[in-house]
Amino acid sequence: MLEIKNLEVKLEEEDKQILKGVNLSIESGSVHAIMGPNGSGKSTLSYVLSGREGYEVIGGEAHLDGEDILELEPEERAAAGLFLAFQYPVEIPGVGNMTFLRTALNAQRAARGEDEMSAADFLKLVREKAKSLKIDGDMLKRPVNVGFSGGEKKRNEILQMALLEPKMCILDETDSGLDVDAMKLVSEGVNALRNEGRSFLVITHYQRLLDHIKPDVVHIMYDGRIIKSGGPDLALEVENNGYADLLAEVG
Amino acid sequence: MALAQQVSDATEERIASLSMPEGGFTAAARADALARVRQMGLPGRRDEYWKFTRPDTLVQAGAPKAALFDPKEAPVFDTVDRLRIVFVDGVFDKEASDDLTLEGLTIERLADVSDRDIHWAKDAYGAIEATVHDPVQRPLAALNTAFAQDGVLIHVTGKVSKPVNISYMHRSETSDAYLHHVIRMDEGSEMTLLENGPAAARFSKVLEIDVADGAKFHHIRTQGRDHERRAMSCIFGRLGRESEFKSFTLTANGVMTRNECVLTLTGDDAIAHVAGACLGDGDFHHDDTVFVTHDAERCESRQVFKKVLRNGATGVFQGKILVQPGAQKTDGYQISQSLLLDGDSQFLAKPELEIYADDVACSHGSTSGAIDEDSLFYLRARGVPEAQAINMLVLAFLAEAVDEIENEEISDEILGRLSDWLERRID
Repeated sequence: MLEIKNLEVKLEEEDKQILKGVNLSIESGSVHAIMGPNGSGKSTLSYVLSGREGYEVIGGEAHLDGEDILELEPEERAAAGLFLAFQYPVEIPGVGNMTFLRTALNAQRAARGEDEMSAADFLKLVREKAKSLKIDGDMLKRPVNVGFSGGEKKRNEILQMALLEPKMCILDETDSGLDVDAMKLVSEGVNALRNEGRSFLVITHYQRLLDHIKPDVVHIMYDGRIIKSGGPDLALEVENNGYADLLAEVG
Repeated sequence: MALAQQVSDATEERIASLSMPEGGFTAAARADALARVRQMGLPGRRDEYWKFTRPDTLVQAGAPKAALFDPKEAPVFDTVDRLRIVFVDGVFDKEASDDLTLEGLTIERLADVSDRDIHWAKDAYGAIEATVHDPVQRPLAALNTAFAQDGVLIHVTGKVSKPVNISYMHRSETSDAYLHHVIRMDEGSEMTLLENGPAAARFSKVLEIDVADGAKFHHIRTQGRDHERRAMSCIFGRLGRESEFKSFTLTANGVMTRNECVLTLTGDDAIAHVAGACLGDGDFHHDDTVFVTHDAERCESRQVFKKVLRNGATGVFQGKILVQPGAQKTDGYQISQSLLLDGDSQFLAKPELEIYADDVACSHGSTSGAIDEDSLFYLRARGVPEAQAINMLVLAFLAEAVDEIENEEISDEILGRLSDWLERRID
């Protein structure tokens, strides 16, 4: 599904390299988690994959189902099935949430050569998806993320994921700013979307999210590289011992 | 002080190029207005109030040529149930207009009645205009009063059931139109005025409106997309106790637009809202100059202006709130914002507050900025193509001004137009 080889990235406006050769291979239907201390390059990886400006790829490649995504515009990556759930979802005053969701869905359908979804069909679909995430009509009517609580914003991200049905989902610290109940609700939303054709890359600081969204593979990232990969137990090890032991181990 | 020879010559040249309708009830007002023009002189580049906008093409004798433009769309407000009054290049078009009768008001054309000696508008024509020259002189408005060829005189006596729509068409490349409207609203009356269209190659318009106690005046206008048109428009209003004045203007393109709005709140608890959205894409210049005077207690005024500029467009906002001594509990608000879509465009703002009462709340703000990169990326990351995402953000930016329109049918119409115009730009 997603193949990243020796990805090296620097900041566009500064002579600072963030990613120093990341290798990652995510098979179809699997859930991978990336953990790592602050500043290790986790969020940069998510931004570079989704096409945010401000980064320069200086080496390596990334393919989604064989397609070189680093050459694509952000909207083309989205249409190709890549989805980034933002750590800090953006508030957009003046753009209604429903308008936003419908425009996004229809833009992706158009890019894939599919017909637009009618307003009635769309309304039905949104209501159905929103219900399980406990998103009420008021949240759908309000401007995108404006006045939403931290939990509401993250639920809105998962709603977008459920509507757009991407095949590769990147969750950037989706647990940050969530209380226990909200984390459970969001995790249930994610788990409901797990299937054979869809993969996840879950970026998190803490193991607790991985109690709810159980990963197949856990990677530890440090200083722009993945320094260790393993099963779910690796996350527990980090939770119990911190990163220091691991760092010492790999030198 | 005597005018500089240059100013005096330019003023006389312009006056000589115009002909004043003779006789009738407006004769005295026209003569007074002409005397004001001669005393003030027409504006030049050195006038402080024309600092950001070159008045040359508005002052010169004869209109600069303006090519006709086919917008390839139905006129704005076409779907709204309204009474339509049509002027083509400043000339009334009877065929295209509706019958001018409607319950709750009387409508007459200035040109039809101006030979009469007695008319209700005798005390009103030019009366508010005569009061707006201190502290800022507005000689182009006085010029309009002196030489206006036509206009409508509306006396509102009740609650009018549907909007009155003055529609201005532009069909001649050199038309130079002068219209002067007078509206008198009786106590407790209500009306909505719609205006649309480019009007002429060069258009001079003054609207004087007296809103009596408890009356409500709502005004929504769009100024056409004709690229080469020029317009100088003035709204001069006097508001009585517990009255309401709400005006919204959408300006699209046009090589030169100067919109002045001068309002005086003379009765307690009056409300005045003035809003504008502007879309300039090319070598266009839009100037909104607003002056609101609070001269009574507990009045509320609000100015909301939003401009989206690109490809060399210039936006100007000069907004003032003057709170007179004794105008306690005034609530004044003013915001002007621009969205600059490229480095070639500019926004020039001069927000002013002048307050002589000690128990008031007045705030003002002015910003200019580019499209928010985070918002743009968020939309694109969800699959919305860049051009479409920019349009969504532009529309959202302008929507805050459009939201000032209370009538939902009309605000939807305006948003729909804006959306179409933005969309067409992508094609």
